[in-house]
Amino acid sequence: MGDRLLEVRNLKKYFKTKEGMLHAVDDVSFNINKGETLGLVGESGCGKSTTGRAILRIHEPTDGEVIYNNENILKYDKNKKKKMLRKMQIVFQDPYSSLNPRLSVFDLIADPLYVNKIYKTKSELSDRVKEVMDLVGLEQRLINSYPHELDGGRRQRIGIARALALRPEFIVLDEPVSALDVCIQAQILNLMNKLQEQLGLTYLFISHDLSVVRHVSDVIAVMYLGKIIELSDYKSMFIDPKHPYTQALLSAIPVPKVGAKRERIILEGDVPSPVNPPPGCGFYGRCKYREDICKEKTPELLNIGEGRYVACHFVK
Amino acid sequence: MSKNKNLLDIKNLTIHYGTDSGTVYAVDNLNLDIGYGETLGFVGETGAGKTTTALGIMQLIPNPPGKIIDGEIYFEGENLLNKTEKEMRDIRGSKISMIFQDPMTSLNPVMTVGDQIAEMIKLHDKVTNEEADKRAKEMLEVVGIRKERAKDYPHQFSGGMKQRVVIAIALACHPSLIIADEPTTALDVTIQAQVLELMKDLKVKYDTSMIMITHDLGIVAEICDNVAIMYAGSVIEYADVNSLYNNPLHPYTVGLFNSIPDLDSEQEELQVIKGHTPDPTNLPSGCPFHPRCPQAMDKCSKEKPNRIEVEPGHFVNCFLHEKTNKL
Ligand SMILES: Nc1ncnc2c1ncn2[C@@H]1O[C@H](COP(=O)(O)OP(=O)(O)OP(=O)(O)O)[C@@H](O)[C@H]1O
Ligand SMILES: Nc1ncnc2c1ncn2[C@@H]1O[C@H](COP(=O)(O)OP(=O)(O)OP(=O)(O)O)[C@@H](O)[C@H]1O
Ligand SMILES: [Mg+2]
Ligand SMILES: [Mg+2]
Repeated sequence: MGDRLLEVRNLKKYFKTKEGMLHAVDDVSFNINKGETLGLVGESGCGKSTTGRAILRIHEPTDGEVIYNNENILKYDKNKKKKMLRKMQIVFQDPYSSLNPRLSVFDLIADPLYVNKIYKTKSELSDRVKEVMDLVGLEQRLINSYPHELDGGRRQRIGIARALALRPEFIVLDEPVSALDVCIQAQILNLMNKLQEQLGLTYLFISHDLSVVRHVSDVIAVMYLGKIIELSDYKSMFIDPKHPYTQALLSAIPVPKVGAKRERIILEGDVPSPVNPPPGCGFYGRCKYREDICKEKTPELLNIGEGRYVACHFVK
Repeated sequence: MSKNKNLLDIKNLTIHYGTDSGTVYAVDNLNLDIGYGETLGFVGETGAGKTTTALGIMQLIPNPPGKIIDGEIYFEGENLLNKTEKEMRDIRGSKISMIFQDPMTSLNPVMTVGDQIAEMIKLHDKVTNEEADKRAKEMLEVVGIRKERAKDYPHQFSGGMKQRVVIAIALACHPSLIIADEPTTALDVTIQAQVLELMKDLKVKYDTSMIMITHDLGIVAEICDNVAIMYAGSVIEYADVNSLYNNPLHPYTVGLFNSIPDLDSEQEELQVIKGHTPDPTNLPSGCPFHPRCPQAMDKCSKEKPNRIEVEPGHFVNCFLHEKTNKL
C-alpha cells in the first residue's frame, strides 16, 4: 500500500435552490494513495462532478475536511489556496466547451504558466509548452492551431496538457473520455496510464462508464444520491458486488460478447430528487430487499473487512 | 437477392453534403438489406454516416446542403426514391418510424404526451378523437407509463420516461420498420437497461424490424441479429452477430473490439487503432481505412476492395480475405 495523499472526510456540498436545499454531496469520505487511481462512478446527477469540484474548492464545500499531504486545505487562505491549486488540477469532459476558442494551442497550454508567473523568459515558457505537448502526444506542428481545427481526441490532449503544465501531483479527471469514440478513448486512456507511471500522478477518475473505470482504477467508489454506497478494490467490486444498487448497476452494463448472458437486474423507477431528501437509505424506493429500517435510518458506509465498505443495513 | 424477401434493400446509396470546406462524402456507395422481423445493428465512429443513411431512408436529408446523389432504397419492394413527398409523409410514422438520441427533438414541449401519441394515430388512421385517446393511453401502458400520466407534459418526465414516450409514438401505428438512432446514448445504464428491455419485448410482440444505430458493441450483442460495420460512408463488414463477434475479419472491426476495455480480464494497455478518422471531404484513395490499417498492402491505397463473402452470410470489403474466398 502506498502513502496516503488525499483524505476526504465527511464532505458535504449543498446548493440552495428554489425548491429547497439540494444535497449534491452528502457526507462523503474516502482516501487516495499516492500514485493510485480512485474511480468514482454513478449515474447522472449523483454528485460525482460536485465531489471533484468541492475537493479543488471550485465549489466551496458546505462542510467536511479535505486533507492533502496531512493538511486540511479547506482552511487555507486565498494565497495558500492558489499555491495548492498548482499541485491539484482538473480535466473536464467536453474538451470543446472547456477550451477558449480564441486561444491557440500554444496560448492554451501557456495560459496556466502565465497566470502563475512560472517562467521569467519567453524561451523558457515556450520550451515548457513544447515539452508538455510532447508529453501528451500533440504534434509540434499544431502549436499555432485553434481548438475548432482539431478533432476531439487532440482537443482532450490539450485539456490534459493544460493540467500538466504546472507539474501537478493530483488530477481530477471528470469524464475525460466520455465524449470520445472508443478508438480515441482507448488512445487517451493509454496516455493517462503512461503519464501516471511516468510522473507518479494520483487520479480521481470520474466516469459513468464502468468498463472504463474498471480499466483505470485501483479502488472504485460507487455513488448514489450524493453518498458513497460502496467502496472497494476494483476486482472485488466486479467479482462480488455487495450493495443491491451496485449489483443492478453492474448487471446493466451491455457486454460486447455474444452468449455472455449475465443475470440482469432491471431496476424499477428513477433516482429520487436530491432536494430535501428524507432520512433513510436513498435507494429505498427501488430496492427489492427494503425493510422498514431502511426508511427510518440512513445506513452508514461500514468496513465489512478486506478493505471493503458498504452502506446497507443488510450487508455486514 | 430478391427484392421481395427483404423489407428494406438499399443499393449503392450515395449522399453528399455541399459545405464551404468542400463536398462531404457522407454516404458512399452503401449497400444494406434488412429482413422482416430482423434487428440490424448499425455501428461506426462519429461521422461515419450512420445518421445520414437513416435520414436518407426517411427522405429527410436537409437539402441543401445534403443531396442523394445515387442509389435505390427498396422498401416493401418499392423504391422510396421515386415516391412523392406526400407519399413519403404517409410512410413516415405509419410504416417507418425513427427514434432519435435526444427525446426532446421528437417531443413537443407544449403538448401533453397523450395528445402527442393520439396525434400520430389520427394522422395515419381514420379514428375518432376518443378512439385515438384510448389507443394513446394503451400505448403509454405498453411502454410502462401509467395511463393517468397522459395529461402530463414532457418536462414532467425523466429522461428515460421521455424516451419511452418517444418509443410509444414510434410504435403507435405499428410500423414495419423502426430506425433507432442511438436511442439510449443519453441515458444512464440502469435506465438504458429498462429501455432496451422494453424494445426487445416490443420487437417480439409486434414483429417489427429495427435498425439500431449505435457505437456500443455491447448493445448490439444484446439485441441485434445482424451487424453492419460502417467506416467512412460505407459498410465494410456485415454478418450475423455470432460470426462477427467470434470472428471479426476487417482490421477496422478487429481494432474496434480491441479498443474496448474488457470487463473480465486485466489489460495494462489497450490496443489502439492509430491515427484519426479520415477527412470526409477528402477520403483516402482505395480502401478508406488503409492509412490506419496495420496490415495495409500496396494495393490498398490504389484499389477499392469489393465486397466478398468469406463465409455464408459474412461479408467483408478487404483484400486480406480475398484468397480465403477463392479457396
Ligand atoms: N451549481 C449548482 N447549483 C445547483 N445545483 C447544482 C449545481 N451543480 C450541480 N447541482 C446539482 O447537484 C447534483 C449533483 O450534480 P453533479 O453535476 O455533481 O452530478 P454528476 O454525478 O457529475 O452527474 P453527471 O454524470 O450528469 O455529470 C445534481 O442534482 C445537480 O443538478
Ligand atoms: N447538415 C450537414 N451539413 C454538412 N455536413 C453534414 C451534415 N450532416 C452531417 N454532415 C457530415 O456528414 C458526415 C456523416 O455524418 P453523420 O451525422 O451521418 O455521421 P454519424 O455516423 O451519424 O455520426 P455520429 O456518431 O456522430 O452521430 C460527417 O462528416 C458530418 O460532419
Ligand atoms: Mg458530472
Ligand atoms: Mg449520428
